[in-house]
Amino acid sequence: MIRSYRLLLCAFLAAFSAFSVHAGELAGMVKTSKGQVTVERHGQKLVAVVGTPVEVGDKVRTSSDGAVGVTLRDNTLLSAGPNSLIVIEKFVFDNKTQDGSMSIGIRKGTLSVATGKIAKRTPESVDFHTPTSVLGVRGTEFVIEVGEGRDD
Amino acid sequence: MIRPGSLAGIAACLLLGACASERVVLLPSADGHRSAVVVRDQQSELLLDQPYAAAVRRVGGNGSYQSSPEEVNERFSAALAAQPPRPIGYVLYFEPGGELLTPASKAEFDKIRKEIAERAASEVMVIGHTDRVGSLPSNDELSKRRAEGIRELLIQSGVPAEKLEAVGRGERDPLLATEDEVDEPKNRRVEINLR
Repeated sequence: MIRSYRLLLCAFLAAFSAFSVHAGELAGMVKTSKGQVTVERHGQKLVAVVGTPVEVGDKVRTSSDGAVGVTLRDNTLLSAGPNSLIVIEKFVFDNKTQDGSMSIGIRKGTLSVATGKIAKRTPESVDFHTPTSVLGVRGTEFVIEVGEGRDD
Repeated sequence: MIRPGSLAGIAACLLLGACASERVVLLPSADGHRSAVVVRDQQSELLLDQPYAAAVRRVGGNGSYQSSPEEVNERFSAALAAQPPRPIGYVLYFEPGGELLTPASKAEFDKIRKEIAERAASEVMVIGHTDRVGSLPSNDELSKRRAEGIRELLIQSGVPAEKLEAVGRGERDPLLATEDEVDEPKNRRVEINLR
């Protein structure tokens, strides 16, 4: 009896971890880029140009003359103005079932958002957060500004 | 009259040189549907459900107000100007039971191919669907074949393979809901999502 429970637990954990969020998974792609824009991945800075992939865990940073637009795999549109730092903390999206979840942080600067398929289907699995607040969305376009926020 | 709390806040902010002020503004949605944002922190929750409704958080107090297109433009013009082009969805229809496009959809196909080529760093998702004639597993199979057939056609017409993904959703996502075994042309389709 205990054994079968353990088996069940193992199966559950295996299924769960298969669905868990791994840094390095493709979340989206840079579609517009102006001035100096970098993607920070595993401590390395990459210059972000149109066509640069954006992965889970990436920090997207713009300089004082920079701006960047990223389309996530579920059609979410993110775009940031100068002196901004955006972190793709979590992004999971299954093309076939259309299920997914995402969590995006804005540490400083300005961010404009037009939400995509995940927010349409399961709004509760989408969040955007600033250093002090969490935003829940319902099929939405909005802008966020964080003055003098965090630099990392 | 300044409250002691906010005074302490201002002092802390001067000391740290980092006084976080945050602002969230709900914009009208592109499709005209109602939308909303809930802004939550440890103490409170604020619902923004009208276009240009705004929340601000700063040391010494939080609040809400009605922003305007002018203010949004002033503060967010660079971010908004960098917004990627909107994803576009197309639908192609099939003759019954197989992978042959209807004549109208064949013509549409050429237009789609052109738009894919014109968009910078374009990515394409091809999603196949069926009507409810036939079993669930056979429709899963057919929808996948339809999607992969369109993917092949796009590759042959010059779209690089790495831009293209194809999946089949079988009969589970009809455009028009029908009883089982109903021959419904609108459901025999492939959606092409260009982003």
